[in-house]
Amino acid sequence: MPVFAQIINMLAALFLLVAFAMLTQRRIVHLINLYALQGAILAFSIIAVAYGTHQQSLYFSAALNALLKVVVIPMILHRLVRRLRIAWDRESLLRAPTLLLTGLVLNIFAFNTALPIEQLAGTVNRDTFAIALSSVLLSLLMMIVRKTAITQVLGFLSLENGLIFAATSVTYGMPMMIELGIALDVIVGVFILGVFFFHIREEFDSLDLHNLDRLGD
Amino acid sequence: MTARTVALQCLQCILVTTAAPLLAGWVDQCRAWLGNRRGAGVLQPYRVLRKLLRKEAVVAHNASWIFRSAPYVRLAAMALAGSVVPLLAPLLPLAPAADAIALVGIFAFARMVSALAAMDIGTGFGSMGARREMLVGFLAEPALLMVLFTPAFISHSTSLPLIVRELTATRFLLYPSMAFAASAYVMVLLAENARLPVDNPNTHLELTMIDGALHLEYAGRDLALIEWAGAIKLATYMAIGIALFLPWGMSRTGSASGIAVASSLLAAKMATAGAALAAIETVLAKLRLFRVPEFLGTAFIVAVLGLLVHFLLGS
Repeated sequence: MPVFAQIINMLAALFLLVAFAMLTQRRIVHLINLYALQGAILAFSIIAVAYGTHQQSLYFSAALNALLKVVVIPMILHRLVRRLRIAWDRESLLRAPTLLLTGLVLNIFAFNTALPIEQLAGTVNRDTFAIALSSVLLSLLMMIVRKTAITQVLGFLSLENGLIFAATSVTYGMPMMIELGIALDVIVGVFILGVFFFHIREEFDSLDLHNLDRLGD
Repeated sequence: MTARTVALQCLQCILVTTAAPLLAGWVDQCRAWLGNRRGAGVLQPYRVLRKLLRKEAVVAHNASWIFRSAPYVRLAAMALAGSVVPLLAPLLPLAPAADAIALVGIFAFARMVSALAAMDIGTGFGSMGARREMLVGFLAEPALLMVLFTPAFISHSTSLPLIVRELTATRFLLYPSMAFAASAYVMVLLAENARLPVDNPNTHLELTMIDGALHLEYAGRDLALIEWAGAIKLATYMAIGIALFLPWGMSRTGSASGIAVASSLLAAKMATAGAALAAIETVLAKLRLFRVPEFLGTAFIVAVLGLLVHFLLGS
């Protein structure tokens, strides 16, 4: 196995580990740092794929991802939680072991589902598609079980990381226009949701989304 | 089985049993340095053992034979475990006695004997410690087995010498699954050896202690044996970790020069591992007892992920 393929596999495994860590991390500051770490792993693995397949466009994709997900979005989120004064809040969770075991079951499901899809792809890193799929499922699980708005947004952002990872593993990334469009969407989304956080908190004095259930009348 | 392998086996038995307190002393010394203290020196465990061995063993009136024999059983189990793990060369005549799974069984047996002995006296601390020890044990053992399965799948064998041979025979490969297994193994090691996030090894009278409560009723000679067994257990766990995840440098033939190189490398690896353990213990705070299942559950998940990643990526 060539060295770059080993590195891709290693980074994919780390990507999965960070997805699990995000699932159970309670402190919001650490959660944002984990998100930045996941972005960094994503960028490095795109660089490794670009190096292995000599695709110049992937270098741009890696640079874009690194800039957006390691620098810009974590910075915005850090500033946001500081201004909302929730940086060191701990979120009460479901029991973490239950959550981890659920994640494990999702993982096995994703690995089995991804096997036939992988056979269709002709890329060098097609084995990592299963990991991308399971990290997407883990992000969805995180969005389901988390209570506050900001952690759900982080789940959404990590879902997007997983999708980019999946795209890289099956078809060497998306066309440049689409990727730029996604990047723009994500950054605009983060801005708008940041404004929403303040509105939600003004209305309910907390970011707990269960309060939204009362909006019916 | 030649004269050379028998000599190697004897060397290893002596090495593990006599050098284990040195490792414990080194870990304590590193912790002292990291805490800005001078420390008692790396030979302190030997001084403690000498002091305790000279003292008479005081035993409670209602102690049965279980309580009296437990220190000897524990020491024997640890010495056996320590002598079947490849340290210098994967050529040990005793190694077929216990593969990786049986090794977990030996540790479990020693734990069971300790717990029974602690309950035997009938004091509050003893039975509480025994229950906590069994809680930690029943959570740590599945994680440990899962950790051992990953190298076993890679090398198609559960025998430690064969795993070491297989891993040292191929040139260096990045195994993502082994990285998972190694991080899970560190967590299991901390829990099984009563190290800091799970239990504080330096405490002797604290309501939340586990290991200290188990051995609270022992004195003199018996206590010396128990402390010695604890040191051997730590050294054995580190030796298993080195054999599984960092086996490079072991002598494959058992020649004299190879053994010399292997022993100096082993000393360096053990010293690094001990310093790393001290660093981990300095950084982390003790977990609440009810957080321990979460800690070991994470170790289990990480180990299972290692296995899954092995099957998925084939590496």
